[in-house]
Amino acid sequence: MTITPKAPRKLTMKQRYSALTRDLEWDPSYVSDEEMFPLTSFEGITIHDWSKWEDPFRLTVDAYTKYQAEKDKRLYAVLDGFAQSQGHLSLTDASYLNAMKLFLQGVSPLEYQAHRNFAMLARHLNGPGPRFASLCQSLDEIRHAQTEIHTLSNYNKYYAGFHSYLHMHDRVWYLSVPKSFFDDALSAGPFEFLIAIGFSFEYLLTNLLFVPFMSGASFNGDLPTMTFGFSAQSDESRHMTLGLEAIKFLLEQDEKNVPLVQHWINKWFWRGYRVTALVAQMLDYMLPRKVMSWKEAFELYFEQQMLGGLFQDLAYYGITPPLHVDKAMQEKEYLSHQAYWILYQFSHAAAFTTSVPSDEHMDWLTEQYPDTFPIYRTLWEKEKKNIAAGGRHFIRGLPQLCQVCQIPMGFTEADEPFIQAQRESIFEGERYNFCSDGCQYIFDHEPVKYRQAWLPVHQIYQGNCGAADLPGVLDWYHMKPGDGGEYLGSLDNQNWKKWHDMADETGGN
Amino acid sequence: MTVSAEDRPVGVDIQENEQNRPVIEAIEADNPKATVRYLPGMVRIQSPGELVINRETVEERLGREWETHEFQLAIISYFGHIKEWDDDQIRIAWDRP
Ligand SMILES: [Fe+2]
Ligand SMILES: [Fe+2]
Repeated sequence: MTITPKAPRKLTMKQRYSALTRDLEWDPSYVSDEEMFPLTSFEGITIHDWSKWEDPFRLTVDAYTKYQAEKDKRLYAVLDGFAQSQGHLSLTDASYLNAMKLFLQGVSPLEYQAHRNFAMLARHLNGPGPRFASLCQSLDEIRHAQTEIHTLSNYNKYYAGFHSYLHMHDRVWYLSVPKSFFDDALSAGPFEFLIAIGFSFEYLLTNLLFVPFMSGASFNGDLPTMTFGFSAQSDESRHMTLGLEAIKFLLEQDEKNVPLVQHWINKWFWRGYRVTALVAQMLDYMLPRKVMSWKEAFELYFEQQMLGGLFQDLAYYGITPPLHVDKAMQEKEYLSHQAYWILYQFSHAAAFTTSVPSDEHMDWLTEQYPDTFPIYRTLWEKEKKNIAAGGRHFIRGLPQLCQVCQIPMGFTEADEPFIQAQRESIFEGERYNFCSDGCQYIFDHEPVKYRQAWLPVHQIYQGNCGAADLPGVLDWYHMKPGDGGEYLGSLDNQNWKKWHDMADETGGN
Repeated sequence: MTVSAEDRPVGVDIQENEQNRPVIEAIEADNPKATVRYLPGMVRIQSPGELVINRETVEERLGREWETHEFQLAIISYFGHIKEWDDDQIRIAWDRP
């Protein structure tokens, strides 16, 4: 009698996932659950059954590493090709890289912070499903930080403004906007972090944040950035799922969780939305070849997909769209114009350059914003006269900052384009200023947290930023000549012209 | 105003390159109501209510074996819920009527 060997039976995805992820869980016998997971009780969230957490990706360690390795392989093939062929010369213009300077200084360090916090969740969440999803996200995020730094380092060989991004991230005024946003999330409890970053940032706002940068890169000849961007975004679909599963899980576990989650949605929508002001001005002003306007991006990625799609689902649980979302919808008409106008006037203290939009560019803006841009156009026409008279406008003083989002107070009331919006709250005898109802709402719920904000302008006045004068502060920022100011005539602009004239004279190549 | 889950669009954004072209074709074939929009570097496919990606259809177009995990190399973003992701099919839909 012969025994035919059985063909090896392949497990289905479901079986593999449960064998390699869920089945690795055990119940502690010599410590209590509270001792093993000390961080998941203080926020007031009630969880009855951690096993109800779903992970539709059903990812296991072997599948994860296999596909991540493939993603990196594809990315590095593109990077090498670009560097070898002097690809940077085929960008639309050197000014395009202002968008990438902002990305490297403002966003890449957040990837690293996300890596850290998801590593903590991978240890501290009670269920094996969310722990494993957090572990994957933690590894994804460090991959994002590394590949972004690696990709953009190629530009650092030729262009200003890329050299001290980490140092700057911790010190420079406009970078305190994204930094304080993320620090705010890192210093919250694990459930609030999941709603702040996992849900609000990764699901509600991620497309507004990343897709414009990547499409902008693709449209402006920046193949490496497009590739790292889409490579990072391919992980994003898992992150979005983690955020979405988190919110559904919290809402389904106990009704008492609903008001807490609603407050976090209100808070983190506005907190994240304020950071996107930097993206708005990038889309409308920094890209030499335009992809779509901020207004269009906001309508597509936020109004249609989130308000028209997701929030209809969440209504089932009694969740309503974020408070102040109506303000954001009003602001889509003018957010980018006001944000860029602020950066334009302070770019002598920044590690990117700005310039008056060309006539063609302003025509495009008029088309996109027929109701609002004409007002801003008159500002730019006035500024062109200043420049013709030899007086390009830079503000020499220091601006007042919003206590919560840390953006200089330059946004106006929705229907009053010349009246600055200003809100204030008194807490323990001190007055705090805000750019908007949304930021005031956030402060009023947690004044003890936000009064500790490290506001760059206050810090300069307190003598904590190297010196009391501008050159001294810029030195403390590690800014070098050529990093900031006006683009026309800047180091990058001069080099760009030189390289291209040379290329023309020698007949290309 | 509420729109029923059958009409609310769901969708995926896919990186536009040679490797993904058969995947995009397979999605178009299996989702007759889908609309396709080309944006710089990417393709957005959306469909009212539901969008499915079938392993078999992708394999036919690709001419080789393809596991659904591989879709992770193509996807940039999505909207809707991932209702199912198993060996044979990925299905994106909204959760609630
Ligand atoms: Fe990331
Ligand atoms: Fe603010």
